[in-house]
Amino acid sequence: MNLQELWFVLIAVLFIGFFFLEGFDFGVGMATRLITKSRAERDQLVRTIGPFWDGNEVWLLTAGGAIFAAFPHWYATLFSGYYIPLVIVLLALIIRGVSFEFRNKMITEKGRNVWDWGLFIGSLLPPFLLGVLFTSMVKGMPIDANMNMYAGFLDYISLYSIVGGVAVTLLCLLHGLNFISLRTLGDVRERATALSKKLYLLLYAGLAAFALLTFLYTDFFKVRPVVIVAILALIVIASIIAHYSVSRKKEAVSFALSGLTLCLVVVLLFSGLFPRVMVSSLDPAYNMTIYASSSSQYTLGLMTKVAVIILPFVLAYQIWSYYVFRQRVTRTIDAAE
Amino acid sequence: MDILVLSRLQFALTTVFHFFFVPLSVGLAIAVAIMQTLYYVKKQEIYKDMARFWGKIFVLSFVVGVVTGIIQEFQFGMNWSEYSRFVGDIFGVPLAIEALLAFFIESTFIGLWIFGWNKFRKGVHLSFIWLVAIGSTLSAFWILAANSFMQQPGGYVIENGRAILNNFSYLFTNPYLWLQFPHMWFGALLTAGCLIAGLSALKLLQNKDTAFFKKSFNFSLVLILVGGILVSGVGHTQTQRLLNIQPMKFAAMEALYENSEDPASLAIIAGIDEANQKRSWDLSLRYLLSLLSFNSTSGAVDGMHTVNQQFEQEYGPGDYYPPVTTMFWSFRIMTAGAAALLLLGAIGAFLSRKKLLEKNRWYLYAMGLPSRFLSF
Repeated sequence: MNLQELWFVLIAVLFIGFFFLEGFDFGVGMATRLITKSRAERDQLVRTIGPFWDGNEVWLLTAGGAIFAAFPHWYATLFSGYYIPLVIVLLALIIRGVSFEFRNKMITEKGRNVWDWGLFIGSLLPPFLLGVLFTSMVKGMPIDANMNMYAGFLDYISLYSIVGGVAVTLLCLLHGLNFISLRTLGDVRERATALSKKLYLLLYAGLAAFALLTFLYTDFFKVRPVVIVAILALIVIASIIAHYSVSRKKEAVSFALSGLTLCLVVVLLFSGLFPRVMVSSLDPAYNMTIYASSSSQYTLGLMTKVAVIILPFVLAYQIWSYYVFRQRVTRTIDAAE
Repeated sequence: MDILVLSRLQFALTTVFHFFFVPLSVGLAIAVAIMQTLYYVKKQEIYKDMARFWGKIFVLSFVVGVVTGIIQEFQFGMNWSEYSRFVGDIFGVPLAIEALLAFFIESTFIGLWIFGWNKFRKGVHLSFIWLVAIGSTLSAFWILAANSFMQQPGGYVIENGRAILNNFSYLFTNPYLWLQFPHMWFGALLTAGCLIAGLSALKLLQNKDTAFFKKSFNFSLVLILVGGILVSGVGHTQTQRLLNIQPMKFAAMEALYENSEDPASLAIIAGIDEANQKRSWDLSLRYLLSLLSFNSTSGAVDGMHTVNQQFEQEYGPGDYYPPVTTMFWSFRIMTAGAAALLLLGAIGAFLSRKKLLEKNRWYLYAMGLPSRFLSF
């Protein structure tokens, strides 16, 4: 494996980390409007992710930084090409991030409500828009010979990208609900489980549509038929077992599997893309590959050393932080907290 | 306004807004860590109360700093994609290291710190806030490494129209970084000190929790004096460095269109006519610019016309003049602000020693809220 391939994989790993971790805290943010009946219950849900959401978000930042360092052309085309969606994602993330702090510091009920809605919308928009971004990206965007993208509304928004956005949002919501079932005690735990059970039926429809549209809109099945079919099969199997585990109240299993489903979606998109980083809808000759978009061998080698040294520590202390806060969260703050 | 101007405005706006919170967070992290260390060592409850109270303000600032910081990382690609292509081989490196090395530490351990007060042994919990403080300092270091590369580039070659890194160690041994980073870091201490002093002064005016806010006030004086003196010292050296590496910026900061006389005089204030490229009037002090530039009573400074000619010979014909009015005044506001804050800190130390603090309501008003906004 050469360094370009390694970094393509590493960036996929960073997005996997992002969707697995921030996926459930997006889901918890959405659930604050869907399964709660009081402020105390909303607070309870927020407390399940309180210590973690910030560390989870860094996975997205690191993915962005890694694309910049390893594939500057990909970074430049992707970020300038998706300007408007990214602005909305950034604004949503800002509103969401500050709402964690502001919602409890408001004096009036109205003020608290405003930031509660901020948390909900800020948790709903990013997964949807990132889903739209990735699906439209693998479908192909108007990228010219100079690697510049001049896209119009219909390039971003197609049936495929909408279904992709909804699918990612739904997966995050399910992942969040399964996280709530695993991490709380009381009514919200029951309600999260019940909603998750229902939503899996919707997910099956969404996944079927997504698979069909991937066949129609992308060249994934032509490029690597075996791998793509295998990953799609795994996604379906993981969802079915997760669904079954939700009904059987095996909360750790269903949480792990909803996370795995999100990871597999990232794997699917990156496998179909490889060795391209951006697909041009104008001319296959303008497709951007990892080889033409990458930094120098010196920079890639350097960044490999940095990542290999630091990432294990990051994983170790993040896992440890989840371990020390493993106790289930109750509606009232108990004395130990 | 064209796209370029708008993009520059956007970059300035987002960066300035972000930077309201960054030095504050970096400085407050250090301040809260010291408070909690005092609690750990002296075992007095008041230090714990201080760490918790100022810690809340730190967390607010931290969160806003984090979320507005994501824009910073994205907008290089969003607005400055050609620049990113040209320099990504180098520029992406410190940004990625910043995320991997610093962001993960600070954002993971801040969660452990906020939610871990009753969960961990005191020493372990203390280590969390220090890790947050170290993480935020490291992130400042690496983003300034990226900026210092732009200020004083090195360790690269141009290949096929792109800048290619060939010496990684230059990025963190860049001599400019070792002026810019301490300048920012001591400035952060000063900023945090002023916030604590300002809010404490307001509370003292209201006679609320006098013992607590007096203690906080005295604590903040140390930050203001140490940060203020060192930021001025480093800033002075950093500005002298500009004379060698960025003569145009230096001349613009002084609004020097023509070469200065020898000895050079410093314009304290001046009217600047950018259209006709001259000062319309100025209030200047003889010797001062020579003294500040060369630590000597003689020596002339090249004006922008001379530097522009040098640039034209080196880089081809063009207009290399920066926005002089902005640079002249922002430099003066910065230095005057730092001097004013340092003076306020010194008066505060005097009053506090003489136990006259609460009687001098004018002083508490002066130290109140506005002080926080002056320092950057």
